[in-house]
Amino acid sequence: MDNPAAYLHLGFIVISLPNLALIAAMVVVFVIALLVPFPIEGGRRGGGKR
Amino acid sequence: MSDDVAPDSQVPSWTRAVQQRLARGLPVERLLPDRQPVYVGSWVYAFGVITIAALVWVIASGVVLAFFGPQWWHTTSTGRFFNSLHFWSVQLFFVFMVLHLWGQFFMASWREGRAPTWMIGAVIFLVSIVAAFTGYVAQQNLDSQWIAANAKDAVNASGAGGFFNVLNFGQMYGLHVMLVPVAITFLVVVHVVQVRMRGVVAPIEAPGEGAE
Repeated sequence: MDNPAAYLHLGFIVISLPNLALIAAMVVVFVIALLVPFPIEGGRRGGGKR
Repeated sequence: MSDDVAPDSQVPSWTRAVQQRLARGLPVERLLPDRQPVYVGSWVYAFGVITIAALVWVIASGVVLAFFGPQWWHTTSTGRFFNSLHFWSVQLFFVFMVLHLWGQFFMASWREGRAPTWMIGAVIFLVSIVAAFTGYVAQQNLDSQWIAANAKDAVNASGAGGFFNVLNFGQMYGLHVMLVPVAITFLVVVHVVQVRMRGVVAPIEAPGEGAE
């Protein structure tokens, strides 16, 4: 835990692996949010219209 | 002096003007939503409210930390627990704020008069970075000293060093626990009210809220 993180060097891009993993996880969460159906009350999608 | 009093509607009044503006833009019956358009049935729309939930935890844990002080949060197990609670709720706050930003960016949520909502959101993001930075340098440990000592040159190079001394714990702590949280809370309230006034943006090429 006290050791410095490993870094990825890609040209001018320098990023720590933990930061890269977090960004990858955020992309995964974003894609999941797009794909997973949202639970709608009564099992109907699009029941509400204000 | 005359005893004549003009009818209420003719007396110039900034309070009445504000009342009328609010009543026009956000009637009381629309203040809190009970139904949402069909397209809001997506997890992407949950990122914003999760960000606000994380902010509630940030503020609640921050109030406890501010009450007991640095020695408590570094040397007691309960203090370290609340310190961690504050840290991890900040991580969630930033993660979901950025996910919310991605979602709103890809649906071009500044459309149809919502540019002020988008811009206030961008300002919240920037002010939150100031909050995180002042928090990092106000931890009262070697980590915060290291960050402050490294950051001072960048801050001085930017010209802000004359009034923003990152090595001054009192200044950083005051900003972190008072001025910046008040600013963020105020801006978030304005942001949410703006969303309620204009409604949630419809997906591109989908009928908006007003359409049937």
